[in-house]
Amino acid sequence: MNNLTKKQKKDLTRIIIASVLFVVLMILVHAHIIPDSFSESLWMIPVWLVPYFIVGYDVVRKCILGISHGQMFDESFLMTLATIGAFGCREFDEAVAVMLFYQVGEFFQSYAVGKSRGAISDLMSIAPDFANRECDDGSVETIDPDEIEPGDILVIKPGEKIPTDGKVIEGEGLINTSALTGESVPRAVRAGDDVISGCINGENLIRIQASKAYDDCTVAQILELVESAASKKSKTENFITRFAKYYTPAVVIGALLLAFIPPLVSGYFAAEFGKWVLRACTFLVISCPCALVISVPLAFFGGIGAASKEGVLVKGSNYLEMMAKLDTIVTDKTGTLTEGRFKVSMVEAASGVTTDDVIRYAAAVEAGSTHPIGAAIVSACDKPIPSSKVKDEQNYAGRGITAKVGRDTIAVGNAALFEELGIEIHEELHEDVAAASGTHCYVAKNGKYIGTILVADMPKAEAAQAIKDILAEKVRRIVMLTGDSESAASAVAKELGIKDYMAGLLPLDKVKAVEDMLAEIAAGSAPEGKLAFIGDGINDAPVLSRADVGIAMGSLGSDAAIEAADVVIMDDRLARIPAVIRIARKTIGISKANIVFALFVKFACLVLGALGIANMWVAVFADVGVAVICILNSMRMITHR
Amino acid sequence: MKKKFKLIDLDCANCAAKMEEAIKKIDGVTDASVSFLTQKMMIEADDAIFDDVLQQAIKCISKVEPDCQVVLK
Repeated sequence: MNNLTKKQKKDLTRIIIASVLFVVLMILVHAHIIPDSFSESLWMIPVWLVPYFIVGYDVVRKCILGISHGQMFDESFLMTLATIGAFGCREFDEAVAVMLFYQVGEFFQSYAVGKSRGAISDLMSIAPDFANRECDDGSVETIDPDEIEPGDILVIKPGEKIPTDGKVIEGEGLINTSALTGESVPRAVRAGDDVISGCINGENLIRIQASKAYDDCTVAQILELVESAASKKSKTENFITRFAKYYTPAVVIGALLLAFIPPLVSGYFAAEFGKWVLRACTFLVISCPCALVISVPLAFFGGIGAASKEGVLVKGSNYLEMMAKLDTIVTDKTGTLTEGRFKVSMVEAASGVTTDDVIRYAAAVEAGSTHPIGAAIVSACDKPIPSSKVKDEQNYAGRGITAKVGRDTIAVGNAALFEELGIEIHEELHEDVAAASGTHCYVAKNGKYIGTILVADMPKAEAAQAIKDILAEKVRRIVMLTGDSESAASAVAKELGIKDYMAGLLPLDKVKAVEDMLAEIAAGSAPEGKLAFIGDGINDAPVLSRADVGIAMGSLGSDAAIEAADVVIMDDRLARIPAVIRIARKTIGISKANIVFALFVKFACLVLGALGIANMWVAVFADVGVAVICILNSMRMITHR
Repeated sequence: MKKKFKLIDLDCANCAAKMEEAIKKIDGVTDASVSFLTQKMMIEADDAIFDDVLQQAIKCISKVEPDCQVVLK
């Protein structure tokens, strides 16, 4: 209870004092310590008004101010009207109890909301509090991140947050990016590397040169996005706002009718009027739509927070809602499903030769090569032959390379080169190897074939599992679009378990394909289904914006991608997508449960209240009790793991 | 110009929605939002009339919720 705000503490004190007074009065009246003749007289009104005003003076004040400003029909108005009605009907204890109950509920509500606000700002605790700027004379001053100017030299001590985006100019070490990416493995940086604000420096002191002012840096952008995400409202939220607009006046009219019509109809107006006014007041208390108005946005806010904890930025509640209704996911290949760079995927050696030798000879020849395939072979070799032994390199453009390694002549290249050199290829690839995607690179030693190196843009290690997980989340179909060749596409699709793919597409073809799929969904059996496009955000902008939800991957620090996409995955892990779908589903589930629960309880209480079965106590529960329960339910989204 | 302000003692979600609606109706406001959860108000309006708009917005807020204050930096 130490984390209460000043206002909450004051409210709590008022509630306690009023409760004590209320209980004392109840005992005095019901144990007949005060003579009945007195306790039932109008003289008791001022006595009961003491606890009433202690606990509820601000409600009455707000009501009066509200009326003077022409803002009727808010909670304070309803509560004041209802309790005055109860006083008028000489239900003194009930009037005080209702006000007391209402304030207890409000207190819980404010506590719960404050708590979830705290939880969310913890999630968002990536904002740096200060920066250490190195002055020209070498001294270090502590400044506010807002004061950083591009070009400033900043000193980041171990354990400190990097205040703005910049470049390391001195020192090396590991930095923790988990607050931004959800990735727990620290990233190694050294002089010359770019670093991103919000990351936490590891064990070593580093000095960076700021490349951006704080307002333009990654963290500031992310915070801006998450905060404004709440303003892009989901359909569910819009429904609630519209509903609240009509619902409260409707109930007030209902209450008026309830107060006047039955007593008029009964013919005993004077005798019956009090009873019906009380029922009408019950009506008013129930009518406040607060449970829905708070809990639904809170669930979405929590959902967006939970996603950002996973390293995924969702730029609006509406996108989170659409993520829960995904029917089709369209994905780019290169850089999204695959690593986006060539790697040696397999090495086959002819009999009598080891695969190690094949790689070593090939790497020696390719050592000077700038071709991506050559670079892949070089980086795959862990025991390189010293370059001093390599001479007489000869380049065959587009075909390969030959050179002398020691006393041996080595040739590395494609089938065309080998034909030209008159070397026969004795490839004995296993079936699965032959089917694997990639470029075949043949190696010959002294005019004799010794092996094949398969170089390919490999699918990401976790891609297959992620695709499986996405399909397990009841996404109907996954389609891969690529500008790459049919064979490369089919190999990747097969390996990842993707049934649909289209190869050889130009960027405009991709847009067309996505539009066709959107039309197909709209015409299909589930027209509510949504389409998401996953891309690396670099040249996918048109498709990203055409899809219902554009998801950009691996875009930490890339402003363009953050700008173009609706959902941004900070690292490049596909596994974040099923995770976000789950979060989205849970958010929608919680909001729907709250709506159904709150409306059911309210309508039930309205009916019971009209029939005179539910008294004002029940009504207060239907108002604040339901609100607190719904808020607690929504808070599950904030603690989501 | 787009500016953000912190709100103190914004106590009810319904009120936030009402404030937002009222502020959006002020002449010269291109966009506005009042977030109950973040306790923040965002106003987007023309530079020349911004201060005027802000004063009107503050009036709107105190009409809906008299205790709510806008923190002006």
